[in-house]
Amino acid sequence: MASSNYYFVIVGHADQVVYEVELGGSTGQTVPASDNRHLNQFIAHAALDLVDEAMWRNTTTYLKQVDKFNEWTVSAYVTAGGLRFLFLYEHLPRTGEDGLKNFLTEVYETYVKLLLNPFYVPDKPIRSGAFDKKVQTIARKCIL
Amino acid sequence: MADFGKHVGVRILDLFFLRNGKDKREVRLTPMLVFIQKTFWKFLFNREADHLEQHAQEAKIYYIIERECLVNKFISVPKDKGTLNCASFVAGIVEGILCTSGFTCKVHALQGPRGTTYVIDFAQSVMDRESRLDAK
Repeated sequence: MASSNYYFVIVGHADQVVYEVELGGSTGQTVPASDNRHLNQFIAHAALDLVDEAMWRNTTTYLKQVDKFNEWTVSAYVTAGGLRFLFLYEHLPRTGEDGLKNFLTEVYETYVKLLLNPFYVPDKPIRSGAFDKKVQTIARKCIL
Repeated sequence: MADFGKHVGVRILDLFFLRNGKDKREVRLTPMLVFIQKTFWKFLFNREADHLEQHAQEAKIYYIIERECLVNKFISVPKDKGTLNCASFVAGIVEGILCTSGFTCKVHALQGPRGTTYVIDFAQSVMDRESRLDAK
């Protein structure tokens, strides 16, 4: 299948997309199919309501599985600062739930480092190439 | 001054969670305020804030009172700038923390006989959410 296996998005306080990335699966595709991107965004937005419900009930930061859409599962990670990290996948990554949790935690660390930059306004879209590369490296380490 | 504080506040919460390896967020109002008063104050000033009170009539106003504010310790205010209070910086930090974790509010610093008072005024949406969660 030409589509990538995982889709990761960071959603800000006003429900806007702060950062999104598609991570290639085992097929080693470097060009992700763009027709699936709309579907991914749609699934992510639909899952946001459920994440909102869950985040006010639960004090844990990592919410394992909030939604399921056909064969796509959505996992969420809510940060202390109220930011939501959504991760869509069809099949659990090779490293399993723990690998996913590690991935989200490490991206959170990278995000906080970015946040400490006084020139970065919170909730604005992240355009940094360095951040992108970091996320790809973490993905390769934890889930691919 | 409060704007500077807010700038710090939004960042410091995530940093604190990261450095201390905490992974349990606060979702309810009172635990959040207690967290700010005890844990956070200790993290910032190595001391806990002295009092946390709620306004008698208005449920959405809370007070955090501290006898001696670190920021104000060595500042003397000249007469022509009588309304300047450097504790507004700390008020901004508190506002940043609360707003970014979903408890929209306004925080003001006042100098009173008991020490420095931070008046926290929560938005109606926060109180509505609290009562909704209480009812469940």
